[in-house]
Amino acid sequence: MPKGALWNDMLNMKINNINLEKELGKLYAIWLREFKVFLREKSRLVASTFTPLLWLFVIGTGFGSVATNPSTNHVMGHAEWGAAGVGYQQFIFPGIVSMSIIFSSVFFGSYIIWDRKFDFLKSVMVAPVSRSTIFIGKTFGGMTTSLLQAAILLAIGLALGIHYTPVSLMLIVVIILFLSFTLTSLGLAIGSYMESLEGFQLIISFVVFPLYFLSGALFPLNNIPLWLSILTTIDPATYAVDALRSTMLGIAGENPFLADTGILFMFVMGIGTIGMLSFRKMKAV
Amino acid sequence: MISINNLVKKYENLTAIDRVNLEIYDNEVFGLLGPNGAGKTTLIHILATLVKPTSGTANINGYDIVKESSKVRSSIGIVFQAPSSDDMLSGYENLKLHSLLYAVPAHIREKRIKDVLELVGLTDRKDHQVKKYSGGMRRRLEIARGLLHKPKVIFLDEPTLGLDPTSREIMWKYIDKLVKDEKITLILTTHYMEEADFLCNRIGIIDKGKIIALDSPSGLKESLGGEIIEIELKNKGVGTKDTVESILKRYNFVHKVELNDKEGNLVIYVDDASSNLPVILKAIDNDNSSGSHNNSVKSVGFRSPTLNDVFLKFTGREITSQQQEDHAEGGFMERYAQYENK
Ligand SMILES: Nc1ncnc2c1ncn2[C@@H]1O[C@H](COP(=O)(O)OP(=O)(O)OP(=O)(O)O)[C@@H](O)[C@H]1O
Ligand SMILES: [Mg+2]
Repeated sequence: MPKGALWNDMLNMKINNINLEKELGKLYAIWLREFKVFLREKSRLVASTFTPLLWLFVIGTGFGSVATNPSTNHVMGHAEWGAAGVGYQQFIFPGIVSMSIIFSSVFFGSYIIWDRKFDFLKSVMVAPVSRSTIFIGKTFGGMTTSLLQAAILLAIGLALGIHYTPVSLMLIVVIILFLSFTLTSLGLAIGSYMESLEGFQLIISFVVFPLYFLSGALFPLNNIPLWLSILTTIDPATYAVDALRSTMLGIAGENPFLADTGILFMFVMGIGTIGMLSFRKMKAV
Repeated sequence: MISINNLVKKYENLTAIDRVNLEIYDNEVFGLLGPNGAGKTTLIHILATLVKPTSGTANINGYDIVKESSKVRSSIGIVFQAPSSDDMLSGYENLKLHSLLYAVPAHIREKRIKDVLELVGLTDRKDHQVKKYSGGMRRRLEIARGLLHKPKVIFLDEPTLGLDPTSREIMWKYIDKLVKDEKITLILTTHYMEEADFLCNRIGIIDKGKIIALDSPSGLKESLGGEIIEIELKNKGVGTKDTVESILKRYNFVHKVELNDKEGNLVIYVDDASSNLPVILKAIDNDNSSGSHNNSVKSVGFRSPTLNDVFLKFTGREITSQQQEDHAEGGFMERYAQYENK
């Protein structure tokens, strides 16, 4: 691959208006396909909405009874929530929103393995479309579907006593988009190297669950051992959970909101670049 | 025009394409005929810029397949061996998707889609999801997709694989019509002899990555030494054979006269059987009426050597057919279930 080809692509798009229009048409086509397939695969839609709810209500209620029991307070390390009037279910709510994004984004990206298996990818790659356009179209698709699923959860959050303001909603949407872009790119990057469907199980075990469990979605990160905190630091979802938590619950996070957002943005750029590069190197057949 | 120079593709220790040199001319229907694993699909994938050659070059419409791959892709259409449409989308949606990917101008997009749907006879099923299509309909949709952007060159990788005889004939008619109506260059691969014979102007026989014979279908068959006439006479036996042989040996279009051991019929190898058969029958008849022998003809038939005979001659093997892999119904869980069952 010639060095700087990516920038050339972008430059060409800018310089030539007609080209830009064509490229946007291609981008739109890829995005639309992703979106339609997502809406039509009912099982995927139902599972990805239902699973977070299961966590929210079963884990939220079950562990909530342990967590709010004064005798186990120190175990959960959340003495300050009581003061802020935050129950366990509310505490994990931002984490569950992140979970839905983690699952849907990584799955969405790695779904490219199926595209390849069923030869659809080949038919796109034989068209005069740049790899970057395909990549961006797919990440936009991932962001759209993540946002849709998150919206359902956010609405349910109202019933749990989460308050939104126009500003907080805007910040929430930004965080959701950053996280889902990062993780869709990650899924695409991994998926672009995988030739068989076996890889899919590995992605679930070695990527999706660790991202989720290490993000602080279910427990606060202030009292964890060093080895665990190293892992949580390199998990992009950690910053999304923290930022969502401070925005939604109005309690101070581990980091200031801006720091979370800034770090998340670095993940967006970093993993986005890795994803784009692996996509460009990917074999078509 | 397509020109291929010394093209080689190696997979680890396997040479899938072995120093192929080939010219394919404008408006011709070129057939790549070969058994499973011969390298047909690999060659097409290389020409369609999906696979990089290990060495060698190729040009399509004047564009280099490696250096100008995007221009090559704009100017070709391809129908893959296995269906590649998205089966969660409808036929129309698949075509719309690709018309955008190929940047078909907005003002002619809908008309183009309508036209190709009509050409392949899918207009009334255009809004159904592709997963509800039959195998033949899927194939036709793929062909429609390959034509959307009016490419000058179209590749068809095994266009009738897995179709029943009726659908196959319908497909042949489509392809034939296509070539006549659209002024395109068509490259198709097949391991069906009749298909190559029926559709192609020229055929390259490919085996183990090498083009081992290249000619028109009739040229290839003629290279075997003409056609075969079988005659059943009232009097059978070696004596009759000798007589007939002596009658026919003055014609230089007759190569050989043999006795079929099983039925005792005469097997005559000739050039151009259809025009020479009357001459042969007349000669035998004249000999009879002159009274010297009693060799009246009871029945007669002739057949051409098939491309099968040709393939046999060049490779020493028969082309075997294969079953097409079943394709999944569609949908994430269905796809997954299908995969698990394998
Ligand atoms: N990605 C790959 N990696 C390794 N070997 C490959 C790969 N693709 C093809 N081959 C090998 O290259 C050879 C040619 O395969 P190809 O698919 O071109 O055959 P084909 O003529 O299209 O056969 P068929 O009639 O079965 O479609 C085969 O031996 C095949 O195993
Ligand atoms: Mg093949």
